[in-house]
Amino acid sequence: MIELKYPFSQEAVRKLKVGDMVLITGKLFTGRDAVHKYLHEGNPSPVNLKNQIIYHCGPVVMEDKKGVCTVTAAGPTTSIREEPYQWQVIRDHGIVGVIGKGGMGQKTLDACKEYGAVYFHAVGGAAQVLAERIKSVDGVFLKEFGSPEAIWELSVDKFPVVVTMDSHGNSLHKEVEDASKANLKNFV
Amino acid sequence: MVKKATKKTAKKPIKKTAKKTASKKISPNDQAVASLLELIRITSTVMPVDVDRALKKAQGVEEKNTTASYAMDIISDNIAIAKTKSQPLCQDTGTVIFYVYHPAGFHQIPFTKLIHKAVMTATKKGYLRHNSVDSLTGENAGTNLGPGHPSINYVEHTGKTLEVKMMLKGGGCENVSAQYSLPDTGLSAGRDLDGVRKVILDAVIKAQGKGCGPGVLGVCVGGDRADSHKHAKKQLFRKFGERSKNKELVKLETEIVETCNKLGIGPMGFGGKTTILECFIDHLNRLPASFFVSISYMCWSYRRQGAIFDTKTMKLKKWLY
Repeated sequence: MIELKYPFSQEAVRKLKVGDMVLITGKLFTGRDAVHKYLHEGNPSPVNLKNQIIYHCGPVVMEDKKGVCTVTAAGPTTSIREEPYQWQVIRDHGIVGVIGKGGMGQKTLDACKEYGAVYFHAVGGAAQVLAERIKSVDGVFLKEFGSPEAIWELSVDKFPVVVTMDSHGNSLHKEVEDASKANLKNFV
Repeated sequence: MVKKATKKTAKKPIKKTAKKTASKKISPNDQAVASLLELIRITSTVMPVDVDRALKKAQGVEEKNTTASYAMDIISDNIAIAKTKSQPLCQDTGTVIFYVYHPAGFHQIPFTKLIHKAVMTATKKGYLRHNSVDSLTGENAGTNLGPGHPSINYVEHTGKTLEVKMMLKGGGCENVSAQYSLPDTGLSAGRDLDGVRKVILDAVIKAQGKGCGPGVLGVCVGGDRADSHKHAKKQLFRKFGERSKNKELVKLETEIVETCNKLGIGPMGFGGKTTILECFIDHLNRLPASFFVSISYMCWSYRRQGAIFDTKTMKLKKWLY
């Protein structure tokens, strides 16, 4: 198990390789479909994402009467929907990590290599295990997109992920897909 | 900006029984809302026994110290925490689907209003995420109500009982669900059960880890496009181990699970031994011109539950899963 601690850097993520199990401690920003489309269209980010990690997640957030927010469920959403946008967000905003599920495609893999970023896979559906590692909600941006689509600024402690796409051109998703297609040939 | 909050951990313990209604008399309508709310809570937060058993078995099968085994361990922990904290198993609380099996003379319109009330309350209580978006404006009203939401299906049956089944089906698994029209030349899939087998395997290959595997397949052979998809999804209400009534389909169900688990996709698509936990296939008649095969993929976070309601008091009498 490898620990990745805030502040994050290109140098730190360049050391990570496919298959590494990583515990992330520090800060994450959620961002999913609406945020990626918004940034892709050239709108400025409401928060500086340089050297930050973006988490493909639409959490369940409970807000009490005083406006204090707690995340009560926060697993990853399917990342491939951001494939048209992610490379550009990595390039223009300098993010060094993306957390999601299901993996991403060649464009993102190329951007990870060129600009120094990695794709972390969180366990899909593990909303409770992951919410437990979120220690506080520190901010929210673009809330007008609706709660699941907003950017939530979260502090996390030992957030468990697996590197499935690294900054050296390797993708576990590509490997598994190729292998499973080869296996399928025995049955069709 | 929101205020910083430290994480709460203590939550009330839950019991898998109907909520206490105290000694005061409660109207059947209020009781129905309370019972529906409890049904939603249990569906969202407690893994059904049959699925839990299958996941535990799958956890034991993966090789130790692999990412697949790690994923299965996290899944197991997640199920335990969701139950203890009474919080959603998955943050995507999905399309809220109800099947209401009722006797003759049952009034559907007022019951629909009670379901809406229960869904709104469940959303406020955090058993359901703000999960319903206006497809044209993108607006999320935060109520989980709107055109098509929740999905309510009424079925009159000959029995005297009122049974409400429900499912919360997330977007990830719905997005990898598929429909094929046979023959499919690209897949060499003809209009026979071998063609059906080939397109099911194709759907699983295309899904990879994106549907949150290990998954479950509901399949419908035949029907028109709409009924075919709906009937495929309806198969997911079958209990694990409940095989088709048709011998040929039993063979196919078993073969699909065996073959899928030799593909090496594994939990989360990390590579591994369990890709599919169960496969339920059924059939509808088709037109001579059409041959649809619909595959409804369900994630491991298999949120489906059901309960028998007391038709007089509207209290929950018995859980169905």
